[in-house]
Amino acid sequence: MMLITRRAEFSASHRCYSSSLSEEQNLDLYGERASSHGHGHNYVLEVTIDGEPDPVTGMIVDLKLVKDIINERVIELMDHRHLNHEVPPFDQVVPTVENVAREIWKLLQPGLQFKNANLSNIRLYETNDLYVDYAGEIS
Amino acid sequence: MRVTRVYRFSASHRLHADSLSGEQNAELYGKCNNPYGHGHDYAIHISVRGVPHSNTGRVLNVGALDRYVTERLLTAYDHNDLNRDVPGFVGVPTTENLAIDSDRRLRDAWPFDTAELERVFIQETGRNSFELGKSPGEARKKK
Repeated sequence: MMLITRRAEFSASHRCYSSSLSEEQNLDLYGERASSHGHGHNYVLEVTIDGEPDPVTGMIVDLKLVKDIINERVIELMDHRHLNHEVPPFDQVVPTVENVAREIWKLLQPGLQFKNANLSNIRLYETNDLYVDYAGEIS
Repeated sequence: MRVTRVYRFSASHRLHADSLSGEQNAELYGKCNNPYGHGHDYAIHISVRGVPHSNTGRVLNVGALDRYVTERLLTAYDHNDLNRDVPGFVGVPTTENLAIDSDRRLRDAWPFDTAELERVFIQETGRNSFELGKSPGEARKKK
């Protein structure tokens, strides 16, 4: 099996704050991320697909198609948006990098199922120094 | 889900194995065997696996991880000499051994119930990196 990865970027703002926690607990858990109006990041998304190269085309999947699916399903939705105010479910769900990655998986996975290739992993960088890998684990 | 946090430190080292002759050391380690040592700006990626909490959306408190890694690793390594200033370091301070030492230091008093240490990845220079633990693919296959 071979892996192929396509990278995309989007810039968005968010505020991490949980009403289930006290002010003090929010500050401890989210740090300055709890500031009331939020702040932004240049997110970097890496979408990895696994499969076998097609004997005729020599490609696992048409990357142009992958690019279009990422743009239509994720970038158009999230780029230059405030996640809490403009991108459901983040009006209800705290837009931590963990939750944003899980939502991106949900948006992409149905569109990235091909004959010999499937979505394998997404890596989402919130900053250069914080990123998550998600492969659709249920729990 | 796997969460990775990246930390940076600067340290010096000299690669020299006492069990080898001077000539063998020079042959094996090359410039890294120069007598007074040299330094790198290391970047260390600490990956933990867990499930985001349903209310908070966090696998673990990232600030608490920062404090723990600072206490266990960065105070030991940063602006120190890996050969002489790091108590308990076993073996030649190659980045392989540095990854093993980091993993051991982190596991010794690991305080996070909700997250398991899965990977230590160290970038010694822009060209050399060393990985101890599972890649995301391997972690999935094991499940």
